[in-house]
Amino acid sequence: MRRYVASRLAQAVMVVLLSLTAVFGMVRLGGDPVLLFLPMDIQAKDVNAIRQQLGFNDPLLVQYARFMRGAVQGDFGQSLRYRRDALGLVLERLPATLTLAATSIALTLLVAVPLGLLTAVRRDTMVDHVGTIAMVLGQATPGFWLGLMLIYLFAVHLRWLPTGGTGSLAHLVMPSVVLAAFFSARVARLTRSAVLDVLGEEYVKTARAKGLTEGRVIGKHTLRNAAIPIVTLAGLEAGQLLGGAVVTETIFAWPGLGRLTVQALLNRDFPVVMAAVSFTSIVYTLMNLAVDLAYGWLDPRVRFRA
Amino acid sequence: MKKWLGLGLTAMAIVAALAAPWLTTHDPLLADFVASLKPPGTPGHPLGTDQLGRDLLARVLHGARLALFIGVCTVLATAVVGGLLGLLAGFVERWPSAVLMRIADVQLSFPFILLALTINAIVGLGLRNIILSLSAAGWVVYARVVRGEVLSVKQRDFVQAAAALGVGRARLLFRHVLPNVAPSIIVVASLQFSQFIVAEAAISFLGFGVQPPTPAWGSMLSESRDYLYVAWWLAAFPGAALALTALGVNLLGDWLRDTLDPKLRV
Repeated sequence: MRRYVASRLAQAVMVVLLSLTAVFGMVRLGGDPVLLFLPMDIQAKDVNAIRQQLGFNDPLLVQYARFMRGAVQGDFGQSLRYRRDALGLVLERLPATLTLAATSIALTLLVAVPLGLLTAVRRDTMVDHVGTIAMVLGQATPGFWLGLMLIYLFAVHLRWLPTGGTGSLAHLVMPSVVLAAFFSARVARLTRSAVLDVLGEEYVKTARAKGLTEGRVIGKHTLRNAAIPIVTLAGLEAGQLLGGAVVTETIFAWPGLGRLTVQALLNRDFPVVMAAVSFTSIVYTLMNLAVDLAYGWLDPRVRFRA
Repeated sequence: MKKWLGLGLTAMAIVAALAAPWLTTHDPLLADFVASLKPPGTPGHPLGTDQLGRDLLARVLHGARLALFIGVCTVLATAVVGGLLGLLAGFVERWPSAVLMRIADVQLSFPFILLALTINAIVGLGLRNIILSLSAAGWVVYARVVRGEVLSVKQRDFVQAAAALGVGRARLLFRHVLPNVAPSIIVVASLQFSQFIVAEAAISFLGFGVQPPTPAWGSMLSESRDYLYVAWWLAAFPGAALALTALGVNLLGDWLRDTLDPKLRV
């Protein structure tokens, strides 16, 4: 187990370093970020002064080394727009994103796992058909459209909920429902197919044959064995959510990481873009790592193989 | 059921895209300020008009054109590039395989939509660049699937036998390995298609990608936000068109997967 953890950790560090390189490469590929950020009517000598000040006149390799050295210490430079530490801006948005992510993950698991389980156990009944249709619809409906329709219904028409922003529990309802709708559909589908797979196994038949109650067969023998793919998917989705839901946060004016990223992209505020994208990628990689380590805990076979 | 609903919805989207100029006589770009923000059911404008008085039906139909065009281009680009790289990596193994897998790890450490959005913001707006950005963010899925498939097909007896008979490497790859990998490529392509058109809409919705006045569903939805209080139809119809297209292609993809390659069941 210890060797398994160590090798996965080393791999994660490697991926993070390469991802930081990719972030640097992406932003530099787009040409001169300074020109894109500055107003059109600026004088050439001013452009040069700013380039000099930000270090863009140095050779690319020097800039890369400087970026990497800063990045591993959490220093992505100053926001061009707010003249403040870029990573500080990112971290400031974290609580809002965490709140939204936690609510929608909780909502997803509460709805999706029971729904998936129910449709699998009652396979080919009315419950299964209705449930499956709901899952397919949920997966195909784009979140931003669902968001707009909910705003129209609950904020404009019925006036029950605020259209966006933050402050009270009511503000949290629509964004978390929109995020949960999409993820629930995926998690429920996966739960259904994972449970169906396990229900066909010999050990489930054995458990039934030795007279265990249906509750025990499902709860102890089926769900535990179906858990691996579900944990994988839920972990990956959590990783996505922690990076900020770019679209949902924008629709509901939710002051999280996703909205900060979109605004920084629109403003060409590239230190903030680099900080936000790097942060997301690191969180995502760590979630992947956590999922992999959870395998070892859920399934002893993984532990021994490694 | 899955098959027929999927086929039906997809066919509808294709007909809308191909026959858009014949299904409506309105120009999707022509403004008519006298007739702005008319509700659905107005004579001559079955789905109503937008803030500039443009016919919404014409814009939704032409939006189908754009969405399917982007979807097809992106899926072709990613399938060819990702497929070839995956073939190469799986066939040669050694360093091409290692390099490809590291690139894949790095790409997969960014959420797809964030990666496509960031690339798009950097390479610039417009139709060509959105196709480029989506392809750059999406090819890696094929590369991984194809590489995995090639690794297993290579071990099969008929490939080994062909190699033993002295068949050349290129012929071995394209004649014996590729046809056996093709079903997975088709399945992944069909499942990626709807992801691409929804991602394109999301990116255009956020103000990147395809710009107004081009009738793209995403930018139409984005514009509709300012009129949500007075004109629900501006948000409802383009979004419904997008959702139904995505649903149709998804169902079709599911059915293809069940038929062609039950192993890929996710």
